Amino acid sequence: MPFLTIVYAVLFYAATALMVVGLASKIRQYAKTPAPLKIPTTPAPVTRSGVVMRMFRELVFFESLFRSNKWIWLFGWLFHYGMFLVLARHLRYFTDPVWTWVDLIQPFGMYAAFAMSAGLLGLWARRFFVDRVRYISSLSDHLMLALLFSIAGTGLMMDYVTHTDIVAVKEFFRGLMYFNWQPIPEDPVLLVHLGLVATLMIIFPISKLLHAPGVFFSPTRNQVDNPREKRHLSAWAAELEK
Amino acid sequence: MADFETPELKEYPVIPHIEVGTMAHSKPFVAKEQFQEPLGFPGELVDNWQQVAYDKMEELTGKYRSLAVFLDSCVKCGACTDKCHYYLGTSDPKNMPVARQDLFRKVYRRKFTFAGKYFPKLVGAVDLTEDVLNDWYSYFHQCSQCRRCSVYCPYGIDTAEISMAAREVMDSIGVGQKYCNEIIAKVYKIGNNLGLPQPALLDTLEGLEEDIEDDTGVTVRLPLDVKGADVLVVTPSADFFAEPHVDGLMGYAKVFHESGISWTLSSHASEAANFGMFIGSYENMRKVALRIREAALDLGVKRIIFGECGHAWRVAYNFLNTLAGPFDFLDPKYPVPMHIMEFTHDLIQRDALTLDKSANDDMVLTYHDSCNVARASRMGPKPGGQFILPREVIKASCNHFYDMPQDTIHDATYCCGGGGGLLTDDLMELRVKGALPRMEALKHVVENHGVTHMAAICAICKSQFAKVMPYYGFQMDSIVSVHQLVSNAIVLGNKQ
Repeated sequence: MPFLTIVYAVLFYAATALMVVGLASKIRQYAKTPAPLKIPTTPAPVTRSGVVMRMFRELVFFESLFRSNKWIWLFGWLFHYGMFLVLARHLRYFTDPVWTWVDLIQPFGMYAAFAMSAGLLGLWARRFFVDRVRYISSLSDHLMLALLFSIAGTGLMMDYVTHTDIVAVKEFFRGLMYFNWQPIPEDPVLLVHLGLVATLMIIFPISKLLHAPGVFFSPTRNQVDNPREKRHLSAWAAELEK
Repeated sequence: MADFETPELKEYPVIPHIEVGTMAHSKPFVAKEQFQEPLGFPGELVDNWQQVAYDKMEELTGKYRSLAVFLDSCVKCGACTDKCHYYLGTSDPKNMPVARQDLFRKVYRRKFTFAGKYFPKLVGAVDLTEDVLNDWYSYFHQCSQCRRCSVYCPYGIDTAEISMAAREVMDSIGVGQKYCNEIIAKVYKIGNNLGLPQPALLDTLEGLEEDIEDDTGVTVRLPLDVKGADVLVVTPSADFFAEPHVDGLMGYAKVFHESGISWTLSSHASEAANFGMFIGSYENMRKVALRIREAALDLGVKRIIFGECGHAWRVAYNFLNTLAGPFDFLDPKYPVPMHIMEFTHDLIQRDALTLDKSANDDMVLTYHDSCNVARASRMGPKPGGQFILPREVIKASCNHFYDMPQDTIHDATYCCGGGGGLLTDDLMELRVKGALPRMEALKHVVENHGVTHMAAICAICKSQFAKVMPYYGFQMDSIVSVHQLVSNAIVLGNKQ
């Protein structure tokens, strides 16, 4: 088995394990930490289904961000939904036969990579040109954008500049999934692309990417506005009453 | 007037460029020992303060999901950077909500996250040094916990939650704020923020009864500690003597008079405000809230109604049932608690009040949505009732009403600049500068619609505006209570 294949196989197993375990422990922490007080940002829905709709609008349309700043909204939405389509398109490298819906979005997935990159560049430009955003940006904020943009860039390169042996890539990943290792194509652009993806997976649970699980647990958005109708009491607050 | 410049009111709001450190000198007085200890806090900076602070941070992130999620989730997108009235008024970048949060977050990262422990420079993580603590004290007392930033944050991150946590950490190491902690101590000792004892309160209320009688010829009672009354009214103590608050209190009295429903104030719970929230202390907030339960039980009332007070209504509406419930001993037909606006609005809807709008014809009105009423509470059964009910009560009481620009009202409203425990003279510069966005919006309707008065339903807003409006060239009495308008318009004795 070629050395590089072993390195990348181990890397992806490790990255997947770290991401899954890290995220699971963070989600567990958020879920177990009580929200002792009712703090929905009002006006807030007065029913559970209303809250589901509010969260849906936040996740799909970035509703609050839209109210806040049209530029960040535009770039952020392009980036996230571009990336979502790109990720969905990548499922073809893990499924055999390829699921029908993955086949259907294939052409959009290609354009989505450009949308994603454009969004990232827009967000990045704000970190340089808007003095307020420049002030709050730390080195890690720039590196995160650099990482994502490099992933998108190397991905696009394999489409438009230097093709890689995509069939072999698929066999490599299918091999990882079924513990039947296949050699990885030793193509530099591909190796960089995959190395960066693995890096992203590893830092996911220890970085600001935690906004992805965090948004589901935000009490200002996910609480029902019914404090007068229903008494809300957390376990540690109940202890004070004894 | 003071050793700072009042910002200029521009024709259109402008987002200022950052000017680092312009408000670093702004600090409220530190609480002395006698104001710390009644609240259960050490009297002065403890020896191992860093470790005590870290322990407290760990405890709080384990007790509050909001804090745990908010500290991890921020991506520094910048959406909140131009939303805080203190940033707009001062240009100090640490008054941008994200930067304010980062003062806390960078210490959290250093102590409690992998990235901050091993790559502090990369993510901007730092230890809680004396300089950082100074920044905390300065800038966490430049947040009025108005939640405007949380409306605009894509994750709903509420800087108020982080300010509260930071203040609680500081209290736990002996660095408390005088204004808040002195007031809470007073509530424990005497029953209200102003330290007004029962005899003085009784005297004041009798004086108000005489005023109403002189004015209208009708005997309207302002009862205190009356057992067996139907309604306990809990109102901010400023309502007992400050202007324009007291005119609102007389308004409530007239509304109750007309309704025929018996009511009483309580000397035990003669304060609606709960400063325990400002300092983020659940225990103190609970202790303050329990007085209201005790008063309700003691007086044997059937309902509890809160007067015009912003943060008080947040604590009442959202937290009272949690802190001091269940209220199963009250009449289940009514929500617990109710807002005086809900009560008056209901009477108007049922045509139970006679209101002569022309009594307010000397005023052209606008309405300031108080931040905590707007973004942290509700009135009536439907979301957004907190915007509708006060406006309907105002419109039922006067002929001339105009709203300020859309992006400055409802849940986009700006804080008055004095909320969240900052309504103290040692923060005058901050208060004046923080009022800028509201003053600009007010100027707009003054120039376009000839507005002469602004109504509000929060004791802090009323005191703050009365004090800072003159800095911007407005009359100090151009701030009025909503129930002052009702009081002016109500025709007594008509419906009986």
